[in-house]
Amino acid sequence: MISLSHYLVLGAILFSLSIAGIFLNRKNVIILLMSIELMLLAVNMNFIAFSHFSGDLAGQVFVFFILTVAAAEAAIGLAILTLVFRNRQTINVQDLDEMKG
Amino acid sequence: MNFEAFLFYFFSAILVGAAVAMITVRNPVHAALFLVLTFFTSAALWIMLEAEFLGIVLVLVYVGAVMVLFLFVVMMLDINLARMREGFIRFLPVGILVAVAMASVMALVIVRHFHMDAPQRAGADYNNTEALGQILYTEYVYPFEIAAVILLVAIVAAIALTMRRRQGTKAIDPAKQVRVTSKGRVRMVDMKSEDKS
Repeated sequence: MISLSHYLVLGAILFSLSIAGIFLNRKNVIILLMSIELMLLAVNMNFIAFSHFSGDLAGQVFVFFILTVAAAEAAIGLAILTLVFRNRQTINVQDLDEMKG
Repeated sequence: MNFEAFLFYFFSAILVGAAVAMITVRNPVHAALFLVLTFFTSAALWIMLEAEFLGIVLVLVYVGAVMVLFLFVVMMLDINLARMREGFIRFLPVGILVAVAMASVMALVIVRHFHMDAPQRAGADYNNTEALGQILYTEYVYPFEIAAVILLVAIVAAIALTMRRRQGTKAIDPAKQVRVTSKGRVRMVDMKSEDKS
């Protein structure tokens, strides 16, 4: 029988994979944004699993809001990305060093 | 192994495989398509968890809107793929190490402490969308409106960021048009008539 821990472990694996994705694709901003989306998906998976197994719909409402904010974040992130590309002709993280951080 | 367990392992295998492929493929377009696959399989898993509404929203909003936006941007930008892959091999061991360490630590905690057996399945007359709407529009109505405002701000910000005035176009500035007065258009000149000779 599938229990809560199955879903939580799946979410943990997804989260770790997205962190590995951030490590591996440190140059490409687009893949970094996609990894963040994957991370949010893992979090949402945990929320929905808890919501189902404890019989409380509040978790699903929270996932609803996370999806909203993630969509807004993706839209603004991609807008900034196109702006950076238009001004610098590159999206390599290594080239974006104007602020000398 | 019953059918539910089979479905769970089937979808989880596809989900993890697609996630691995997403972070390792060379081409960003393929990465976006693998991310679409992860969203589809997650939606299937959420539907197994009786979150039908969110599963469908994930497919409609994420696959239908956000990932299409990603694909648009990926195809619009001209990316030097060879330079993007620099350091991939160098960071591969570190990435694998961090991922395995995090996953195993989290799995250890979860397997030891989170034991909850599956609740009774809801009956055929249970409507997830209706139940979610019931509390979303009563208990969570203010957060709901704040979410709407956040989306509005995102629209305005995305448009304001990407809008640009191009030089040398023949467009008319409406503000200048509105500000025009009759004096700016016609100049009345007083002059005597002249003999034509």
